[in-house]
Amino acid sequence: MTTKTLNASAAGLGFLPAVFAIVLGLGVVTLTGHVQAAALHDAAHDVRHATGFPCH
Amino acid sequence: MTPRMTCVTQLASPATKQMYTRILTSALFAGAAAGLIAALLQLVFVQPVLLHAELYETGELVHFGGTAVSAHPELPGFDAMRDGLSIVFTMLTYTGYTLVMVALMSMAEDRGAAINARTGLIWGIAGFIAFHLAPGFTLAPEVPGVAAADVGDRQVWWTATVATAGVAMWLIAFGGNKISYLIAVALLMAPHLIGAPEPDSFSGPVPTEIGALFAARAFGVGLAAWALVGTFAGYFWQTEGERAEASA
Repeated sequence: MTTKTLNASAAGLGFLPAVFAIVLGLGVVTLTGHVQAAALHDAAHDVRHATGFPCH
Repeated sequence: MTPRMTCVTQLASPATKQMYTRILTSALFAGAAAGLIAALLQLVFVQPVLLHAELYETGELVHFGGTAVSAHPELPGFDAMRDGLSIVFTMLTYTGYTLVMVALMSMAEDRGAAINARTGLIWGIAGFIAFHLAPGFTLAPEVPGVAAADVGDRQVWWTATVATAGVAMWLIAFGGNKISYLIAVALLMAPHLIGAPEPDSFSGPVPTEIGALFAARAFGVGLAAWALVGTFAGYFWQTEGERAEASA
């Protein structure tokens, strides 16, 4: 019984680091590629064009 | 009581901590390296085309104005502030990509896939298709000054297209049956059959030669950069794993 619980929780938690990294990664890409705040847009302008994000 | 205690102990287990470290470290190394090279490639191959287009966007040069315009105007040189910010933001963007890719690599490895620099190259090309080629197939990489639909609408379409193409790439790689291939094809085609937001009229002042060169350069540099993203992500994922095992 104890062994079962161990395995189940280990398998469930095994996903957490990957999910965390995916959310963090998509957050970073949204910030550099999509957020339209003027300062961010100006700083990332050339990158957005060169990397194929919708810019203006 | 005992199972509950076991669960709490598992939450802070060294294995989970090690997984966070391995994913974040591999992604940061791969993203910084690929992003830096991508930024330099963009500065050499894409930026001059962009600066050339901006001469038309600002009206400094006028296409079809009656007199012929030189195709080789003097372009602004390296701008420390502007190009420095571009380097930082390219590295950030590519680190975002590698965070997603390394996380997916860890899940694939759990299912028995081999992850290293060689297989990473295929991951990189799949990432290029999902994040760059698929949205750019209909929303072509835009040179400054082109006419385009509302940016918010295009961002929604871009995000949906990247998501569907990403799922399609995963299905092609790991689906393993005919139905998953068919779903993948449908997912790849659907956004383009539905269509992206388009401008009401054309008003771009930039010569078509510059627009075409810009799109070609953006895709070419994008493919090179994504090939590096996959290769580096696979390489660092493998070496970080070996390092963790050696120190355990």
